[in-house]
Amino acid sequence: MTEVYLSLVIGVLYAAGLYLMMCRNIAKFIIGLGLIGHGANLLIFTAAGLSTQRAPIVPEGVTIPVVPIVDPLPQALILTAIVIGFGLTAFVLALFLSAHEVEGTDDLEKMRSTDQ
Amino acid sequence: MLYAVMSGFVAAALLPLLHRFLGERSSLIAALVPLALTVWFATCFSRVASGEVLVSQSSWLPEIHLELGFRLDGLSLLFALLISAIGALVIPYTSAYLHGNPRQHQFVSATLMFMASMLGVVLSDNLVLLFIFWELTSFTSYLLIGFDHEKEESRKAALQALLVTGLGGLFLLAGLLLLGTAAGSFSLSEILRADGALAGHADYTLFLGLILVGAFSKSAQTPFHFWLPNAMQAPTPASAYLHSSTMVKAGVYLLARLNPVLGGTEAWIGWLTAVGVLTLLTGALMASAQVYLKRLLAYTTVAALGFMVMLLGIGSARAVQAAVVFLMAHACYKASLFLVAGIITHETGEADVRRLGGLLRFMPVAGACSVVAAVSMAGLPLSFGFVAKELVYASVLDRLLVFIPAVAASLLFVLVAFQVGIKPFLPGSSDSSGTPHEAPPAMLAGPVILGLACLAGGFFPQAFAGALAASAAAAIQGGPVSELDLQAWHGITPESVASALTLMLGIAAVFATGHWVRIGSAMKPLADFGPDRVYLAELKGLNLLAVWQTRVLQSGSLRRYVAIIVLAMVGLFVLSVLRSGELPILNRNTPLTLPSLILGLLIMLGAIGSMIATSRISAVAALGVVGFCVSLIYVLHGAPDLAMTQLVVEALGAVLLVSAFLNLPSFHDRKRWVGRFRDAVVAILGGLAMTLMTLMANDVQLAPSIAHYFAETSVLLGHGRNIVNVILVDFRALDTLGEITVLAIAGASAVALLKLRMAGKRRS
Repeated sequence: MTEVYLSLVIGVLYAAGLYLMMCRNIAKFIIGLGLIGHGANLLIFTAAGLSTQRAPIVPEGVTIPVVPIVDPLPQALILTAIVIGFGLTAFVLALFLSAHEVEGTDDLEKMRSTDQ
Repeated sequence: MLYAVMSGFVAAALLPLLHRFLGERSSLIAALVPLALTVWFATCFSRVASGEVLVSQSSWLPEIHLELGFRLDGLSLLFALLISAIGALVIPYTSAYLHGNPRQHQFVSATLMFMASMLGVVLSDNLVLLFIFWELTSFTSYLLIGFDHEKEESRKAALQALLVTGLGGLFLLAGLLLLGTAAGSFSLSEILRADGALAGHADYTLFLGLILVGAFSKSAQTPFHFWLPNAMQAPTPASAYLHSSTMVKAGVYLLARLNPVLGGTEAWIGWLTAVGVLTLLTGALMASAQVYLKRLLAYTTVAALGFMVMLLGIGSARAVQAAVVFLMAHACYKASLFLVAGIITHETGEADVRRLGGLLRFMPVAGACSVVAAVSMAGLPLSFGFVAKELVYASVLDRLLVFIPAVAASLLFVLVAFQVGIKPFLPGSSDSSGTPHEAPPAMLAGPVILGLACLAGGFFPQAFAGALAASAAAAIQGGPVSELDLQAWHGITPESVASALTLMLGIAAVFATGHWVRIGSAMKPLADFGPDRVYLAELKGLNLLAVWQTRVLQSGSLRRYVAIIVLAMVGLFVLSVLRSGELPILNRNTPLTLPSLILGLLIMLGAIGSMIATSRISAVAALGVVGFCVSLIYVLHGAPDLAMTQLVVEALGAVLLVSAFLNLPSFHDRKRWVGRFRDAVVAILGGLAMTLMTLMANDVQLAPSIAHYFAETSVLLGHGRNIVNVILVDFRALDTLGEITVLAIAGASAVALLKLRMAGKRRS
């Protein structure tokens, strides 16, 4: 059941994020980007298989975990994704702030020909 | 042979340097390259004539079976001699023709490059190598046609020639690859050895068709003929060299080359004969409507190329010999006539045959050359053209459907030969203003030598061309060298009667020139409905399509981009679900606990809250709630590392957003409710697709999990107890390094952007 429920949560995160990205507003766009980032991370997390087993840490004294542990690989991927997501947010933020300064607007529809 | 081909490229590269020191004299030095090549190829003659095939192999890219393999047999030698000899005449001509033009060396450089590429085409043993050189000739032709790039006409003509022959080149590439695959080798020598087997191959029709399109487009066969007359925008030396005597014959060369393996079938005979005859008639008909020297010559070139293709299509021993001799004769007289036409226009500034006349007084040498070449073109006895025409007639006499077009075209040759080669020099209706002078020796050398060749071929055909033509014909037929007896005069035979008839009709037509021109101009509107028009329409259509799709897809509106991406994704998803018929089956089922339920609910509320929030701070707060709850979900499912990272990032992000948002003026959706509704629909579709995708992803396990490997080796190999960390810094350390680099770049860019912004602020 948790899979279905979380899938629904992911869908809501994406829908809200996409909607915000389509608003003609810089700030809303960035919030939307953040929501989609969460959605994507949760997607990998859910698709890799949920479990309530032990965290992937080898206890002191043994070289191989004795009890079943959660698959560590998706976690490594998501960890990377979280950090990269943060970098992306920071960059987009700086970009938009500069664009706002240059264009004199925070309306994305008016930023059509900034590459000239 | 590799050096022979490459010498042209090297010379082309060195020429600009030489030009800096020597000025225009460098062009004359450049002419030594083709001259040396001519001598070298001539020394190979005796060996090739005895039936030997000279081969040189050097390795280039053995992994993809691409060797720098060259072979020299009778057919290649004939072309190689034509290319280098005419090149040696054209380059000095250029130095005088473009005298004073600061870009002269560029033209000569491109000509040398062309010569080398063309030699590559006719000498290549490897099919792919042949194709590379084939494309290089198109490319250098583009450079030469568009030499006067300030003129729009030149640019258009150059582009047209490039597009038409380039398109044909793509067909050719596909055809050659199929041919090589079918033959099991890309070496021409190997393919030619396996003759007969390919004609029965399952893909025969396919690769034959593709190769024919390539060859026809290059050799200006109908319906691709239109680029050639337009290419007359090129300076005359290029027209004389590329567009009459060498490059346009590349298609003919290819057909002749592949005749032993592809020829002789019904499809081959049918297509080549039909297209050849059609081209012959098109060229003849269109020529009658022309009044400009070079365009007149261009259309007769089209007709002559039709002749050659037709003869190759007939494919009998006689027809092949006729094709070879005709090709030689045509190269001699056509190049000569072009060069003289260039002289006339150069000296008088006039290109309209109706206004040219009486030039013999001013330029007797050019006039004499012109008359000799014209006589050869008209096919008067004791000229090379006559010998060729007799052979052509002899091979088509028994085929009425081919014979009549052949006579019609020969008739036209008489007419055009008179108009272009003789009439400008006759006293009469001339009102040429000023006093034109005889051309300088450098310009006359070409016509004089080619004129002598026309005469030598007429008086002593066997001695002049017999052995070369015989070995070329043998190579085309793929058999041993057979006897070819060329005679200046055969006595009264059916073909000489036909010849005489053609001549008489032709001379009659000459006297009725006025009517001809009138009939011709009446037919001119017809030309507008030709393939030229189709080409223009296609080009225009392509442009419109590009503009349209750019306007629709690349509107510059971020909103629309997002919508297009989402809808495309949803569409592809629906399509793949419909095709596979799969729906989520939910084979994993973890029971839903109360904490998860509450966290999920909070996440959804947070998402919706940040969506409808009216103030910046509340939106950031809602986003924070989402991030916090997501990290708790990680905790619930055994991922403490993720949770910790998420929490830190969330806190940092919140600070960043709040401080940045202070600088933004507004936080409201700028759309009216219709737009909002539309976006909501798109967003909900996207969300729904993601939900379904997640569910379906839950069902598949493409590869077995490798979790146990990490669990077993984390301590032993990685010396760490936190397996996720060990994966990041040890097993996948390179990935992490890449990630850190990305992060560093993003950070540096952000700082740079902000600095820029502050600098801008300070200025204002």
